[in-house]
Amino acid sequence: MNEMMNKRESIIAEANRLRWELGENFHDTLMQNIYEHATEIEKKAVKYPDAKEVFSFDRTLDKILTSKFLGFPIMFLMLGVVFWLTIQGANYPSGLLSNLLVDTIHPALKTFALNFDLPWWLSGVLIDGAYLAMAWVVSVMLPPMAIFFPLYTLLEDFGYLPRVAFNLDPLYKKVGAHGRQALTMAMGFGCNAAGVIATRVIDSPRERLIAIITNNFSLCNGRWPTQILIATVFIGSAVPAYLAGIVSAAAVVFIALLGIAFSLIVSWFLSRTLLKGEASAFSLELPPYRPPRIFQTLYTSLIDRTIFVLWRAVVFAIPAGMLIWLVANVSIDGISIANHFIQYVNPIAFVFGLNGVIFLAYIIAIPANEIVIPTILMLTVANLGIQGVGAGSGVMFELESASDVATILQSGGWTLLTAINLMLFSLLHNPCSTTIFTIYKETKSWKWTLVSTFLPIAMGLTVTFFVTQIWRLLTN
Amino acid sequence: MNKISENCINCPAHNISNLKKLGIDMSSFDYVVALAGNPNTGKSTVFNYLTGLKQHTGNWPGKTVTRAEGAFEYNGKKFKLVDLPGTYSLLSTSVDEEVARDFILFGQPDVTVIVIDATRVERNLNLVLQILEITDRVVICLNLIDEARRNQIEVDHRTLSKELGVPVIPASARQGEGMDELLKYIYEVAVGSYICKPNRLRSRSKELNEAIEKLTEMIKEVFPNLPNTRWVALRLLEGDQNIIDAVRNGELGNINLSKIVEIEKEAAY
Repeated sequence: MNEMMNKRESIIAEANRLRWELGENFHDTLMQNIYEHATEIEKKAVKYPDAKEVFSFDRTLDKILTSKFLGFPIMFLMLGVVFWLTIQGANYPSGLLSNLLVDTIHPALKTFALNFDLPWWLSGVLIDGAYLAMAWVVSVMLPPMAIFFPLYTLLEDFGYLPRVAFNLDPLYKKVGAHGRQALTMAMGFGCNAAGVIATRVIDSPRERLIAIITNNFSLCNGRWPTQILIATVFIGSAVPAYLAGIVSAAAVVFIALLGIAFSLIVSWFLSRTLLKGEASAFSLELPPYRPPRIFQTLYTSLIDRTIFVLWRAVVFAIPAGMLIWLVANVSIDGISIANHFIQYVNPIAFVFGLNGVIFLAYIIAIPANEIVIPTILMLTVANLGIQGVGAGSGVMFELESASDVATILQSGGWTLLTAINLMLFSLLHNPCSTTIFTIYKETKSWKWTLVSTFLPIAMGLTVTFFVTQIWRLLTN
Repeated sequence: MNKISENCINCPAHNISNLKKLGIDMSSFDYVVALAGNPNTGKSTVFNYLTGLKQHTGNWPGKTVTRAEGAFEYNGKKFKLVDLPGTYSLLSTSVDEEVARDFILFGQPDVTVIVIDATRVERNLNLVLQILEITDRVVICLNLIDEARRNQIEVDHRTLSKELGVPVIPASARQGEGMDELLKYIYEVAVGSYICKPNRLRSRSKELNEAIEKLTEMIKEVFPNLPNTRWVALRLLEGDQNIIDAVRNGELGNINLSKIVEIEKEAAY
């Protein structure tokens, strides 16, 4: 055993000795050899056209898309158009789906259960809990996703995302983070767990940690629909009808940009306190523009993203729906568990311009952000039911306009302020459990996992607190 | 039994019909093929073409950070295909590049397909030359040849092949162009009917070669089962702390297994 150890040490010693013999910079010589060799082969095998003669479409386009003055406005515009199309397009199919799933099939299922004399608690858990949560998830989430993801994927295939990263890169460098963090943020716009894994492209551990912690500030799959829906329902309806689409799209763009701003601020803060250091240099490669293959993109974005995310949402929604039904129907001292919690938390939530339902929903929805809105809707109705608006708690169909999200939320006491705060809190709260788990797997550190989890919550509460207080000052 | 003339067997048109895309069915395979290359050269597109899988491909560097695996059958042999993250070199320290490097080094693929970008040959060759340092069995897929044509860049794949000593196949994986040829060469290199004679760095000094030789022998004595001892020797000479640590605590002998298991887990996730 010892002999083996000695032999191993002697290998290292010999390597050290030989290194001295070879001279310090033999590594550079080695690399130089490789580069020279590559150049030599290339000269023999590759013939380039005369540079001047060819009009380079790519280069011209790059000059515009990454230009100092036009780069950012074009970026805002692109994002705006994508959201506008999503908002405009999702409205009608959303209504249709909720008509079918919530207004038609749900009562039919209830009648069916009544006819077969199912025990009330069984039909409650299954139909009013599991089925209804799933129905809400599908009708609320599917249409915006089916429009947003293909559009986003088309931009990605075309090669626009690296240009976004290129535009953002100097900003990240300025705050002491790695320029590639911009790329991982762009990945995070799809899914934070994927974004956290994507930080592997960053080789400095310090900068990688910063990128992991701040990835949550990229609005993800699960949160885009929340933003789009709330913006449509509350912000869009606060302006004249002909402006509704544009203004709600602008609101979503604003939240997304706010996310980028927060990621910059937090990166700046971290690289000056807990994770001190200088930004390391790197090169960002701009890939050529490629005409997207429309049908394949539609196919993969529908299968890979839309169906995948929807499936995940449904899988989490079913048990969550059961849980919601249970907390809304199991009573202690004549008041349901949900109500106990909501009433207890309401005064605290009021300070932040939110309400107890939202807090409870965010706890139930830790596994998946996708189910936040459906959970809020169900809890609101359950809560109202107890206060005498509907007949049964946790059941939606007594409300005359159950398909109308706005009606439910407004009868739950929501105002424009609640909506704005929800949008902010949706941006600034803990990552979903999948992302938290991924952060732990990538960092192997509980400390950084906890920081990544609780820092956004603290920020979310701070921001909503100030927004609420200032709003109330101004409107009183 | 039908008799097929020799010409037919060698004809790509015949062989492409022999491709059976097996998707993720990797139950039993005869050979392991690794897909390496710089970021954004279309490795995943080649991967999807050969396996019939629909791994999401994106037009940006760094799309694949973990390993993806699939399988295909060709000429009656089953191949496991491993799509590695793109890397610019084998010397880097970021995790995604390590995944690629460790697999080529210690996963001992039967064939390593290097996908290179025909519009950026020079930079891609840096990686090619580095990989040729550690393995002979390389097939180069000169991808994006359509883009090179569009930009009026002419790449003479025969010269490239002669200079590098390994097969070079011009291709456009997006269009499926050149995939039949690629398959044919993967097959031939795997079964050993095509012997690669890679062009190693000629410019290495005598002193360096002697130093590597000496260390290689010492390493072989302590770690007899380690593939690529020459590469490990070179890294030791360069003072790579990871490798030094692995030698010191004896983990180098297990790097083969432990690393692969770790990567395996990641792929499963």
